[in-house]
Amino acid sequence: MAWVTWRQHRVALAGVVALFGAAAAYLLVTGLPIHDAYAAVAGCRPTGSDLCNKVVNDFLRTYAPGVGVTFGLLQAIPALIGAFAGAPLLAREFETGTFRYAWTQGFGRTRWTVAKLVPLAVAVTIASAAFSLLVSWYVQPIIDAGDNNGPLYPTLFDLSGVALAAWTLAALAIGLFAGILVRRVVPAMFATIASWAALAFVTGAFLRAHYLAPVVTSNTNIPTGAWIINQGWFKGGNPASLDLINQTFAPVDVRALTPDLFQPGPATPANLGDPVQYLIQHGLTHWTTYQPAGRFWTFQWIEGGWLIALSLILIAATVWLVRRRAA
Amino acid sequence: MNAVETNDLGKRYGNAWALRECTLAIPAGHVAALVGPNGAGKSTLLNLVVGLAAPSAGIVTVLDGQPAGSAAALDGVAFVAQDAPLYKNLTASEMLHLTRNLNRNFDEGYAKGRLRELGIPLDRKAGKLSGGQQSQLALSLALARRPQLLVLDEPMAMLDPLARHDFMATVMAAIADHGLSVVLSSHVLTELERVADYLVLISHGNVQVAGVVDDLLARHRVLTGPAVEADSYAERLNLVHAQRGEAQAHMLVRIDARTGPVPPGWETHPVSLEELTLAYLREPDAAWLPGPGRALRLEPTEVAN
Repeated sequence: MAWVTWRQHRVALAGVVALFGAAAAYLLVTGLPIHDAYAAVAGCRPTGSDLCNKVVNDFLRTYAPGVGVTFGLLQAIPALIGAFAGAPLLAREFETGTFRYAWTQGFGRTRWTVAKLVPLAVAVTIASAAFSLLVSWYVQPIIDAGDNNGPLYPTLFDLSGVALAAWTLAALAIGLFAGILVRRVVPAMFATIASWAALAFVTGAFLRAHYLAPVVTSNTNIPTGAWIINQGWFKGGNPASLDLINQTFAPVDVRALTPDLFQPGPATPANLGDPVQYLIQHGLTHWTTYQPAGRFWTFQWIEGGWLIALSLILIAATVWLVRRRAA
Repeated sequence: MNAVETNDLGKRYGNAWALRECTLAIPAGHVAALVGPNGAGKSTLLNLVVGLAAPSAGIVTVLDGQPAGSAAALDGVAFVAQDAPLYKNLTASEMLHLTRNLNRNFDEGYAKGRLRELGIPLDRKAGKLSGGQQSQLALSLALARRPQLLVLDEPMAMLDPLARHDFMATVMAAIADHGLSVVLSSHVLTELERVADYLVLISHGNVQVAGVVDDLLARHRVLTGPAVEADSYAERLNLVHAQRGEAQAHMLVRIDARTGPVPPGWETHPVSLEELTLAYLREPDAAWLPGPGRALRLEPTEVAN
């Protein structure tokens, strides 16, 4: 049966390897210069001086945006694997009618399905786990340099740690399940991509922020690398509008262009100091809801855990449907 | 031993019954032909027999009581579906390799020998073979599994007359050599006449006729005579179907121990399988079933044998 799985799905397996291989090559080629540049930044002395801070900021301004774009593109990888390796596995058998051959052989349909599913799932998990190691290496200088987008930042979080392997396995499981439900290859592929994308969006936008109760603070100094979920000015428990902020600033002629951007005017006193502190002294509070960077691994295990549970449930459901699915 | 046994078997898709109240016992060692119009339920019955579909009602067993689709049944039953499904991107020899890996018994030498005789190249992708070659490849794979029961769903639909002849010759040779039971469905009655020795006629999801062909043909006759007398004799004889012309009528009748002599002025002929099948198809209420079954329409007090 190993030969059967290999011969029938070697294209899918090769595709998975090629996809990760191409992405890995890209990360290596663009990552080595970043590491070289960071070596200079890390060696800057005295640390914390204005000069060295400027060196760090220059480094981040040069490289961080590109890294962000790269990660945006890499988000597609699990969905592509789920759609191209997972969905056709069962859907094609129905579309071409070959299940009428495969499921009437002595081997039996359940063993046949499991003997194909398991190697594919294992291969995909191993490949994505290896790739996420490379992702961590790639982004390390940016994180070490203290970029505001810490390790919990959505597009980075689901490519590193165990999350990438869990998301890829989940995409495969969704693909397999879609394949047996929809029973046509191209519609199953679309269904896979759509479902996976919806799940990833809901997780990143809503679910992940609440794995542990976020830290809420009125301190305006937020730890480096924290994932800021919400931030804003409040007065007496209610959100303060931009107008209210401007009203508060009126005596010192400072204009608030946005809740974070303050512009002093000609009549601003010279000894005003930090406009932020001025607002605080005049009855406004700055509340920030965030998840600290230190919770990275906790969140990784939580997310990885429920994704793997979901994958196992979908795979079990797929096998169950194979057993009872009629001609 | 019965190759296929069903008891009140039924299959429903949504609200429509594709097959119902199907009770059959097809003895082993026969070539059973499953005949009926399109949509009658032939494919449904075959899918139930090989375990691809699960019954909505009743039971179906194969090879002396093995549940259809069970491990023992899968071992002993080989199926070639309509259109002879094969993996189009695998070569013939890879299909052999695949079938060998998926089955306990596989006579690869036999399969290769057959393919060589038929001139089917082993290294060509299955999708590039002609329709007839694909059917022959699928059949070779099924036969090489040395099954006890071979089930074929319209195996000759894609074949030209010569290919059909070759196909049936192969099946008959396998039966002679290995004592195989065969159940096959087909529209092509004339081909079946030469090979089938058991007939199952299905129409509108119901089994109308089930019996040994020799028996069927021996117990039916066509009576030809003046059309005006047809009605009076129809009541006396066991009529299945009458075809009335202006002057002449042909009546397909069943004969048994009580049947009297042929009325004067009438001729009697033996019936061909095709005529018999067509007559029953035209009379949906008529039936010939082994064991207690439904009564013929015209003789409500007489039970069909």
